[in-house]
Amino acid sequence: MVDQTLTSAPARDQPPEPRPPALKPLELARWAWRQLTSMRTALVLLFLLALAAVPGSLVPQRSIDAARAAQFAAEHPHLAPWYDRFSLFSVYSSPWFAATYLLLFVSLVGCVLPRSRAHLRASLARPPRAPRNLGRLPVHEETTSTRTPDEVLAEARTLLRAKRFRVDVVDGALSAEKGYLRETGNLVFHLALLLLLLSVALGHLLGYKANVLLIEGEAFSNTVTAYDTWTPGALADESSLAPFTVSLDDLKVRYQTSGQQRGAPRDFEASVRYTSSPDAPEKSYVVRVNHPLKVDGVKVFLLGNGYAPVFTVRDRDGRVVSRGAVPFLPRDGNDTSVGVIKVTGTTPQIGFDGFFLPTAVIDRAGPHSIYPGLKLPRALLSVYTGDLGVDSGTPQSVYSLDKKGLTQVLGEDGRKLVVGLAPHTSVTLPTGETITMDGVRRWTSLSIARDPGAGPALGSALLALAGLMMSLFVRRRRVWVRAAAGDDGRTLVEVAGLARTEAEGGEGLTDEVRELAEQIGTMRIGTTS
Amino acid sequence: MTSEALAHLSNNLLYSAMAVYAVAMYCYAAELAFGTPRRRSAELPDRELVAVGASPAYDVPGSTVATDEDATRQSKASRLGRVAVSLTVLAFALHASSVLTRGLSAGRPPWGNMFEFSTTGALAVTGVFLVLLTRKDVRYLGVFVILPVLLTLGLAVAVLYTESAQLVPALKSVWLLIHVTAAIIASGIFTIGFCQSVCYLVQERRERVPAAERGPSFMDRLPPAAVLDRSAYKMHAFAYPIWTFAVIAGAIWAENAWGRYWGWDPKETWAFITWLVYTCYLHARATAGWKGRRAAYLAGLGYATFLFNYLVVNIWLVGFHSYAGVG
Ligand code: HEM
Repeated sequence: MVDQTLTSAPARDQPPEPRPPALKPLELARWAWRQLTSMRTALVLLFLLALAAVPGSLVPQRSIDAARAAQFAAEHPHLAPWYDRFSLFSVYSSPWFAATYLLLFVSLVGCVLPRSRAHLRASLARPPRAPRNLGRLPVHEETTSTRTPDEVLAEARTLLRAKRFRVDVVDGALSAEKGYLRETGNLVFHLALLLLLLSVALGHLLGYKANVLLIEGEAFSNTVTAYDTWTPGALADESSLAPFTVSLDDLKVRYQTSGQQRGAPRDFEASVRYTSSPDAPEKSYVVRVNHPLKVDGVKVFLLGNGYAPVFTVRDRDGRVVSRGAVPFLPRDGNDTSVGVIKVTGTTPQIGFDGFFLPTAVIDRAGPHSIYPGLKLPRALLSVYTGDLGVDSGTPQSVYSLDKKGLTQVLGEDGRKLVVGLAPHTSVTLPTGETITMDGVRRWTSLSIARDPGAGPALGSALLALAGLMMSLFVRRRRVWVRAAAGDDGRTLVEVAGLARTEAEGGEGLTDEVRELAEQIGTMRIGTTS
Repeated sequence: MTSEALAHLSNNLLYSAMAVYAVAMYCYAAELAFGTPRRRSAELPDRELVAVGASPAYDVPGSTVATDEDATRQSKASRLGRVAVSLTVLAFALHASSVLTRGLSAGRPPWGNMFEFSTTGALAVTGVFLVLLTRKDVRYLGVFVILPVLLTLGLAVAVLYTESAQLVPALKSVWLLIHVTAAIIASGIFTIGFCQSVCYLVQERRERVPAAERGPSFMDRLPPAAVLDRSAYKMHAFAYPIWTFAVIAGAIWAENAWGRYWGWDPKETWAFITWLVYTCYLHARATAGWKGRRAAYLAGLGYATFLFNYLVVNIWLVGFHSYAGVG
């Protein structure tokens, strides 16, 4: 066993005093603080944090998939309000989750600061003096030397210094210690975790995220009005948006063409041109998954993709009343897509809704696509006339029709009319208008993100990793040498060592002590190990 | 060779590896069953350097080899043990070739779906075990290591099998490569650590009974609880920073692919939970009253969260990381 008086490890887990709190508030506070900053509390809080993270992985989270969360709420109308009450749809921004990790970090600060102070003091202090009885130490060697005690100690000092031990000689005994970096690493690790938390907070406050859908041939400029959605941090400022513009020339998608995973996307390449400010020169870039475009600290990512067939609608007189690419939203892995066309330039107004199928089949399952590439593109559209409601002032989705003021157009057979269009074909409606599919373009949804905390977060994480490795792999140990003149004129030399590293079991130290004894002595007398 | 032929070869190599593993496992088991007890001394150092197949620790001078009969039995048993190690090396070579040909067939590193993650992960476990064997006498762990390896491979070929194919775009990234490599290595080491923790728990329970009252058991062939505990700790302490690094590399990948380095996607969340539980384990070992048994339970819990992430989250909980490619 290790002599307890030898291990003056700073603040290494003292068993928490079970002393009942005294009545005085100051002492109560002090007691509570000591409880909070004890290792045991840290252990419990770490465990609680792990536990608190679980429900968010099981219940759909709004921040990850708002649609699934809404669907879950709709399917469980009785449960949902309770889930909401306990923030189960937004666990990671809930008060109780925050409370857990904040408490953990308070405990961490309370633990690390006194340890830092103690470590600083220990780093400046001399290595502890040799205990009286070196024979009681776990690693111990005895030897003799023909040189004087002072010469032996001087030699031991040189040898240990060369191995970067800190050495001190007092009263015929040498004390040496090495491996202070272990504690340094531990403190760096814990403090870096704190920095990491602060970096994450910084990113949340100052960063923003936005989405925008961009069709081939179109452009957007980095302003809030151009975005489809914008989620700013609490302190993010609209006026600080970098004034860049991006235009999409071409989006190439390559699919797996055979096998079990036929149709799975294999490559996305969006060729874009961008300017970092209105008067900067235009540059080109190919955005791919894992290769975002970086402009002025903002990153532009490919998020999703789909088709935007181009339709032209002409009135009875052949005048163009509507022309443009209309984004359809994919609903399955083979890009069976749905969308609407709103024609406001006719009276009454005309609305179309239905499918765009890149590789169309119609079978018992209804119209759907069997491959996401453009092998047999078809649009299948129902037709409505009346009032689209777009002038009513209330905002409308561009992906659905408000059918309140609309009546569905019927075909000659009296059944609901479905217009089928292949590229470069036209159909004339019973009402006299003509719709043409001029071609098909692709669209991509881009995610625009600025996170000023990401760099510092990475830095802190790497710092933590470095500290962790030091903390786990640096071996901390003490070595003592005592030399005294013996009766026969020889010098008796004792060398002892103490590993201060958990689970190390003196490994390595035994060899180190033996080696030192052999180097400074002439004859080995005995060993205890 | 065509990609299909390579994939076919890969499968055959895997089946052969499984057969050899199975034989190796029986040899390890036989050594445990028929060998004589290890020295009982609690100070048994766990640092005897034993080369693969060389004489095991209990043959060192000072061990108590009582009778001739014991000695012959012992030498037979340890011959079995050496055979087991050679077979493990052979199985590892077959297994590694299978993983390699699979990668060649797909034209990318072979960890794009759960089948490949399982086979590569199992390879890492055997690899870690073999490396450990060159440094320490851990042959006693053979059964406990090869059994989960075989189970994983069985699960892979029977349930998770996926045709060799290219990757979805989000998975094409050096950071993915780094992230998954680190995660696989860490999980290999955690697996060995977990095996040792389980052995520790059993041994510790056994040691609470006075030595005279204990019946004979193959557990006598295992090192004493204190040694098992320390070895388990070393494994965990070694794997923990690698896991930490894997999580960081994953965050870098996520940042490049989706524009956020952390999104509480179920897969990420569970990697974090695993990390936290192993943090608890390391803390527990430094906390009075939490050393030993309770710490070992935490190690078991940590491993359980890892398995949950790999089996349940990949298959049932959807997320961005839907690379499972199962079904
Ligand atoms: C985010 C929370 C925390 C994490 C991830 C964490 C992680 C770690 C890790 C991995 C170690 C092992 C390194 C080693 O063995 O030297 C460690 C050690 C340690 N931690 Fe923490 N820790 C956290 C919070 C805390 C808190 C709140 C306290 C204090 C109340 C604390 C006190 C300690 C101490 C004293 C050690 C050294 C144990 C020893 O001497 O072996 N930690 N921590």
